[in-house]
Amino acid sequence: MNIAKPNSYRSGPDERGHFGIFGGRFVAETLMPLILDLEKAYTAAKADPAFQAEMNGYLKNYVGRPSPLYFAERLTEHLGGAKIYLKREELNHTGSHKVNNVLGQIMLARRMGKKRIIAETGAGQHGVATATLCARFGLECVVYMGAVDVERQQPNVIRMEMLGATVMPVQSGTRTLKDAMNEALRDWVTNVHNTFYCIGTVAGPHPYPTLVRDFQSIIGNETKAQMQEVEGRLPDSLVACIGGGSNAMGLFHPFLDDPSVEIFGVEAAGHGLTQLHAASIAGGRPGVLHGNRTYLLMDADGQIQDAHSISAGLDYPGIGPEHSWLHEVGRVNYLSATDDEALAAFQLLSKLEGIIPALEPAHAIAKVMELAPKRPKDHLMVVNLSGRGDKDVPQVGDILRGKSK
Amino acid sequence: MTTRIDTRFAELKKQGRAAFVTYVMAGDPDITTSLEIVKALPKAGAEIIELGIPFTDPMADGPSIQAAGLRALKGGMTLKKTLELVRAFRKDDNATPLVLMGYYNPIYIYGVDKFLADAKSAGVDGLIVVDLPPEEDDELCIPALKAGLNFIRLATPTTDDKRLPAVLTNTSGFVYYVSIAGITGAAAADANVVGEAVARIKRHTGLPICVGFGIRTPEAARAIAEKADGSVVGTALVDALKNSLDAEGRATAKTVNAVAELTAALAQGVKAAKQAAE
Repeated sequence: MNIAKPNSYRSGPDERGHFGIFGGRFVAETLMPLILDLEKAYTAAKADPAFQAEMNGYLKNYVGRPSPLYFAERLTEHLGGAKIYLKREELNHTGSHKVNNVLGQIMLARRMGKKRIIAETGAGQHGVATATLCARFGLECVVYMGAVDVERQQPNVIRMEMLGATVMPVQSGTRTLKDAMNEALRDWVTNVHNTFYCIGTVAGPHPYPTLVRDFQSIIGNETKAQMQEVEGRLPDSLVACIGGGSNAMGLFHPFLDDPSVEIFGVEAAGHGLTQLHAASIAGGRPGVLHGNRTYLLMDADGQIQDAHSISAGLDYPGIGPEHSWLHEVGRVNYLSATDDEALAAFQLLSKLEGIIPALEPAHAIAKVMELAPKRPKDHLMVVNLSGRGDKDVPQVGDILRGKSK
Repeated sequence: MTTRIDTRFAELKKQGRAAFVTYVMAGDPDITTSLEIVKALPKAGAEIIELGIPFTDPMADGPSIQAAGLRALKGGMTLKKTLELVRAFRKDDNATPLVLMGYYNPIYIYGVDKFLADAKSAGVDGLIVVDLPPEEDDELCIPALKAGLNFIRLATPTTDDKRLPAVLTNTSGFVYYVSIAGITGAAAADANVVGEAVARIKRHTGLPICVGFGIRTPEAARAIAEKADGSVVGTALVDALKNSLDAEGRATAKTVNAVAELTAALAQGVKAAKQAAE
């Protein structure tokens, strides 16, 4: 008899990098030997206590972990339902969860003897984290960023340059994150002998979705321990925003085998699901791009479509392959929030809690505003506050001033 | 099973010369002009045609070929129409081998089995799918071989002796050696370095080896043809096409000839190679 559900949601991927039909290694031959090397290096590092110890040292003293699990009392009172906790990833050094993964990959790159690091970035948070750790370890750093994103995320462009990175504005295609990823892959194909590609999310060819997830799982592991400490039990629900989905996967993964925990991923619905948006699961279907099979936004001929979100960090036409699988097996509920809903949530959290979130987690807060009032008062809900809003202040300021005129 | 590709290489071997392989993008700049260009290629001396399947995100191609793909898509090209173009070409030419080259997603969305059946019946001889390494052979390579199509794999400077057998296992028709670690249209490769790589691959396979990436001139095509079983030129032809377009990116009276003339010059270079060697 076929078993519809796996015994463990945490056992994937298989040895070829597949989560169900998703994942895999769909890259040019030039890159294959390097990807196989990376897999070997990662397997060895994972088993090496010295690697873990060194990472833990930097996580504590450089990144500033553990990040707090904060009870959002005023938000909870305002919404009048579930008890809402914020996992404060925005308090990490560099201002987002991205640094957890970058630290891991940079340490792997050092083990592999690579001196040149490339990265792609949307909102710039992954770029800033990569530029920061390259500065710390004295590595050359090149960050590809869509020209549109360079315009709307100026504060992060300036930060990367101050940290000594070269920011390469990408003029091809839609000039956003998807095109930045294409350019980074082209650079990697060209400079494969000395270059390490530091991917910013749980996507790309195997083993990236796995290793990024593992490095980000510290978010969920800490949440589990912190919730035990303050409430003496597991949370009842988890909520996180999803572009590629690394902050979400980091929070979700340690809880996947806890059936009492409801899990919600929130995609960017942009102007609405029938218009321009970036919700790959809600509005896409399985296809192959950037090294993996996953849900993608595309037309009837398999051409990749433009994504849109107010948040440059969510503006990507795909999603990590493990999310596609978790959607198909039904373990995680994928919802979506529009630009306007995210803006409203951005303002609400700023005013009620004195925390200005990035536009990315504002999408998660937007769904909390819907979900929390429907839950009982003893329901424990954790939201991943994956990044802080400093980078979005100019953009949101312009929008709000425009609206008030 | 013998395909048009096998037949063509057997003929060339008898004549003691290398193949001249051309690459153009299907539907660039529009579907009608593109068919005329493809028809003109064998007359100008192309012995094998690689026809690009347009894709929005060609991650191993340079700006010229990406722009060609976007022009074709803007002109209404689809995978279905690419197969119709092949069918139309076959009405007049039943001998020139034709290989479709592109990325997996449009084929995956078309449906692998339906695509293979339609491609075979349209007159396609082989496939080059850049983002399907041997690790993903179950996806398309093995079904393609079963359907009677050649599956031509790329070997690259990073493909070492240990990995070569895996790359060659299900390869047929010919091996496409990518002369540089890089994207299409990048810097030229050193013919001597390429010669060493070709000799290395020949120790593992009896298949013909064609070399591409970075070959732009008749001289370069000739130098490579002296070391390999074929020279592949793509970006230079795509650039010649682009330079013939009007300000709005539309075909002009010069477009077909611009591609045909460069093809003829390159073909002369390749033909000169074996004469020089004899």
